[in-house]
Amino acid sequence: MTIGTSRRPALPFAITAERRLETPRLLPLTTTLGAVGVALVISGFLILLIGGDPIASFGHIIVSAFGSVGVLSDTLVKATPLIFTGLACALAFRMRLWNIGAEGQFYLGAWGASLIVLAPVVPPGTPGIVTIPLMVLAGLVAGAVWGFIAGWLRARFNVNEIITTLMLNYIAILWVRFWVFGPWSEGGFQLSRQFPKEAWLPRLTDLSSVLTVFSGLTVHLGLAFGIVAAILVWFVLKRTRKGYEIRLIGDNPQAANYAGVNIRRNIMLVMLASGGLAGLAGMAEVGGVVHRMQDAISPGYGFTGVIIAYLAKFNPLYVVFAAIAFGALILAGREIQPAGIPSMIQGVILFCVIASDVLLRYKIRLVRR
Amino acid sequence: MTETTLAVEMRGIVKRFPGLVANDHVDFDLRQGEVHALLGENGAGKSTLMNILAGLYHADEGEILVDGAPVRFVSPRDAIAAGLGMIHQHFTLVPSLTVTENILLGLDEPRFRLDLARYEDAIRKLAEEVGLRVDPSAKVWQLSVGEQQRVEILKMLYRGARILIMDEPTAVLAPQETEELFRTLRGMTSRGESIVFISHKLDEVLAIADRITVLRRGKVTASGTPAAGKTKPDLARLMVGREVLESIEKVPSVPGAVVLELDGVSAVNDKGLAALRDVALQVRSGEIVGLAGVAGNGQSELAQVVTGLRPCHGRIHVQGRDVANRPAIVAIESGVAHVPEDRNGTGSAPNLSVADNMIMKSYRLPPIANGWFLNVVIARQRAEELKAEYEVAAPTIDTQARLLSGGNLQRLIFAREITSEPKLIVAVQPTRGLDVGAIETVHRLLLAQRAAGTAILLVSEDLDEILALADRVAVIYEGRIAGVVDAEGADVHELGLMMTGTPGHGSAVA
Amino acid sequence: MNPEIILAAGVASGTILLFAAIGEIFSERAGVINLGVEGMMFVGALAGFKVGVDTGNPWLGLVLAMAAGGALALLHAIVSIHFQADQIVSGLSLTFLGTGIALVLGEGLSGAGGGALLPVLTIPLVSSIPFIGKVFFSNQSILVYVGYLLVPAAWFWIHHTRPGLHLRAVGEYPTAADALGINVYRLRYVYVVFGGVLAGLAGAAISMAITPGWFANQETSGQGWIAVGLVIFAQWSPFRALIGAYLIATIRRLTLDLQGPPDFFGIPNPFYVYQPSTFFLDMLPYVLVIVVLVIGSRAALRRRLGAPAALGLPYVRGERGH
Repeated sequence: MTIGTSRRPALPFAITAERRLETPRLLPLTTTLGAVGVALVISGFLILLIGGDPIASFGHIIVSAFGSVGVLSDTLVKATPLIFTGLACALAFRMRLWNIGAEGQFYLGAWGASLIVLAPVVPPGTPGIVTIPLMVLAGLVAGAVWGFIAGWLRARFNVNEIITTLMLNYIAILWVRFWVFGPWSEGGFQLSRQFPKEAWLPRLTDLSSVLTVFSGLTVHLGLAFGIVAAILVWFVLKRTRKGYEIRLIGDNPQAANYAGVNIRRNIMLVMLASGGLAGLAGMAEVGGVVHRMQDAISPGYGFTGVIIAYLAKFNPLYVVFAAIAFGALILAGREIQPAGIPSMIQGVILFCVIASDVLLRYKIRLVRR
Repeated sequence: MTETTLAVEMRGIVKRFPGLVANDHVDFDLRQGEVHALLGENGAGKSTLMNILAGLYHADEGEILVDGAPVRFVSPRDAIAAGLGMIHQHFTLVPSLTVTENILLGLDEPRFRLDLARYEDAIRKLAEEVGLRVDPSAKVWQLSVGEQQRVEILKMLYRGARILIMDEPTAVLAPQETEELFRTLRGMTSRGESIVFISHKLDEVLAIADRITVLRRGKVTASGTPAAGKTKPDLARLMVGREVLESIEKVPSVPGAVVLELDGVSAVNDKGLAALRDVALQVRSGEIVGLAGVAGNGQSELAQVVTGLRPCHGRIHVQGRDVANRPAIVAIESGVAHVPEDRNGTGSAPNLSVADNMIMKSYRLPPIANGWFLNVVIARQRAEELKAEYEVAAPTIDTQARLLSGGNLQRLIFAREITSEPKLIVAVQPTRGLDVGAIETVHRLLLAQRAAGTAILLVSEDLDEILALADRVAVIYEGRIAGVVDAEGADVHELGLMMTGTPGHGSAVA
Repeated sequence: MNPEIILAAGVASGTILLFAAIGEIFSERAGVINLGVEGMMFVGALAGFKVGVDTGNPWLGLVLAMAAGGALALLHAIVSIHFQADQIVSGLSLTFLGTGIALVLGEGLSGAGGGALLPVLTIPLVSSIPFIGKVFFSNQSILVYVGYLLVPAAWFWIHHTRPGLHLRAVGEYPTAADALGINVYRLRYVYVVFGGVLAGLAGAAISMAITPGWFANQETSGQGWIAVGLVIFAQWSPFRALIGAYLIATIRRLTLDLQGPPDFFGIPNPFYVYQPSTFFLDMLPYVLVIVVLVIGSRAALRRRLGAPAALGLPYVRGERGH
């Protein structure tokens, strides 16, 4: 008599998963790229399902994003806010602080920068050399404060930051709506008046008198800020005491506590910094691209930042590359029908990347029985 | 006499994990009505073997027979159905549920509606029959460790287990409770139960077992030999392959000034219940004070209040500086080093590198700190030096900490804590789960620190370890210091009585 | 500004939050946090509306809405239970995925115009009870009544049945459950998918009953997130979830009503006079969720009650043991 029979059907092979002892150096890169590839295939399939043409869609994306210098410049412009939101999320996520509020912090940053011009905080006609740094500061501070609220609630009351940052997103959007529909409304429309030239971030095209090849290129100073920010964040994480604490908390908060790290203070600090970075994204968008304050100032840059951070495995330098890729997606996506496709592709990519992480932990093999 | 069928027979069991062979062609058999001890040091493969028998793991090779018939267990359910019940070292009781709910967990009865009242009565009756006192309606987290163990046994008996496997059951018991457990076990065998008793404690094995099987590094070195007539050196040799029963040179100590002083310390545990009541204790430089006690009497909380990981009332002075109820950083800056109970969960960051783990205490100070910055080059250098000096076996200093074995992780932790040149070391269960080599290393390190003048508070559930290392032994019971005696010539029986709170024993002389 | 009407609307709209919250309670009780609720509600809303309109059979739409939510939840289950990915990020990705897919598939779908797709009922006799009858039992969608039944049923299941016992064990201490032969993986799968099914139902409630139509981006306006926050406030209890859901929904309705009248008892209504200020009223529900979360977190700390102990942790059967 045999007690206990195997319930599994007898297949000629089995899939075994063996816990990895070490992670080969290139594996994270290959799995991420592989996952993106799979995601694109799946997206293509879905596009097919709704009657679209995937090859045409993807081809269109490549061309309209990288096809020419002018278009490349547009891609970089779209990538600029993404670099900031990607950094904001990567920094917070490094500490396992799930800041999903980059969108709201973006809005606050944009609002803060606009405040300088529209309130006005500086009299009209003030030269750019004064206005711009003030806008940068205002954007940074406004976003930082917004992030800090969630950080304080988490540090003080242990309130889940995912929900609070999300709620703050909605509140931020409504806050901006108030100003844009109300005090700043231009002619009854839901946008403000255009910023004076001094409040525009310098663009490459401004130098076209010096180098005609720059004519028409709207890449603006924000990009430079973004790259500098990425290097700064990388440096802080790798080479400073604070960065060490952040990494330690992110890996094992209990160990960090045991080592004497002040977790509460770090939570608030990181949310300040993260919010500030996202705020800079808003400032860059409003000062470098749109040059006015309006209702729908962001097509989800904050949420895309989450995906970028994850794709970059929370590494600030990879964030820049991922941001450019997604900038291309958003740019080209504007002309694709249906309009929700870039958003859907982003979702599929994130999902596939997360699913692919299992390959980093386990070695999957097919074994013949 | 007719040949009685063996209750359990395991033949040629092989079980592999990534990087090691836990069971290497192991044979094991269990006769009806006997207590069979499975002996071996930590990591020898005892728990793995029994987990296979209990249906939790699947053997890669080999076969199992129960009552003479071959069986294949796909899940613990099958094993339980075959009459096998395992009581693990870490209890598989859900703390927030009641005793009855825990006993009913996983059973097919009741079918749908949970009629607790009826089952509580049934369980009360069973408990009386077997002589195990327990309150069926109590929530498990409210019970003492000994009571929880009784619930575990009842759980198995309720399922009709005829074969009980107990994994290190005495690790959490005081000497008197261990005696009571042995009485219960003998009562059960006389009623026909068969028991496998996993342990690494030689005294207990000789006290309770009828036969002994010894495992060493996954292989059997003695199969079912009768316990009668064996001595501890015999067993030790089988366990480790050499005649070792630790004999470490302990120089008589000359304690210096008081380094750690607790006065009127009270604290509450995670459940909000009083864990420490008005504790007073002193540790001098150059001495080891061992804190003995049954698990759950406040030792963990005591270590936590001294190292700043738990709030408390009262005074805790480290070299005159009050660290009570202040965050961990205050204790660290006052010269307190902490080798925590939980190597993986508290003492290390699993996914960070060995180098990163090494600097957990030193990253704030030069030369590793440079203002706000980290001098990565120097940090790596120091990590290499420490790795070599303390013989931390890892491929490189960039290896992730989670890949280190228990012994090596503990070496890393000791390296880190000792190089911070502490005035006081708080070591909590430092040798738990380590193999003999690592245990020796830890003991050596502690004694070396003692000789160098560091004050050491050693919290351990292993009374033998405390008696071997400590100069003075403090016994903690229900959050109070029941007594402090000199380790030299201490009476184990007396200590056991203090550990179980028997009145009239011990005095709280710090 | 009739309190009966406001409360009745609150109950109706609160049913959406209730379904999503109960689903999440089951999932979290099993130890898996599902942050994809928003995305599952989206696909549920789309599926229900589209199928209901295209086929003319609202019941089919309802079933498909639940299936859509469940399917999405299945993805979450596979990735977080089997692949042991981080549950939080996995759930988030499903929100993006679900929202994206729903927006793409819902392209071109016209919005409002029709009435509710599902029957609206008034229970005889009970509806005559003053106030309570008018609020709870008159002119409510059938889904609202389902909500009334769901709560006690959920409570009974969790605390007074054997499967409920297993559920609680799996979420608190899966090792123990596993050692006793309970299939932890399968149970978690079941409850996660069930949570998704209820989220899909919540979405269908939006598009087929409470605010019929498809409004693309505005479809759920964050109610999925509110529901997740609600679960914490509710301390994982179905009855508390009911109270919280109705409360928040009523307040939302209230903020709408406050914008309408030109004056309150003779005093001019600031929200009527200065239109943009109504945005502050719109903020109220979200602020309320934050407040509710703070209360819930502090209560949890005080009563030493908390999340199911194993929430958020993937269950891995011990390999080397300890």
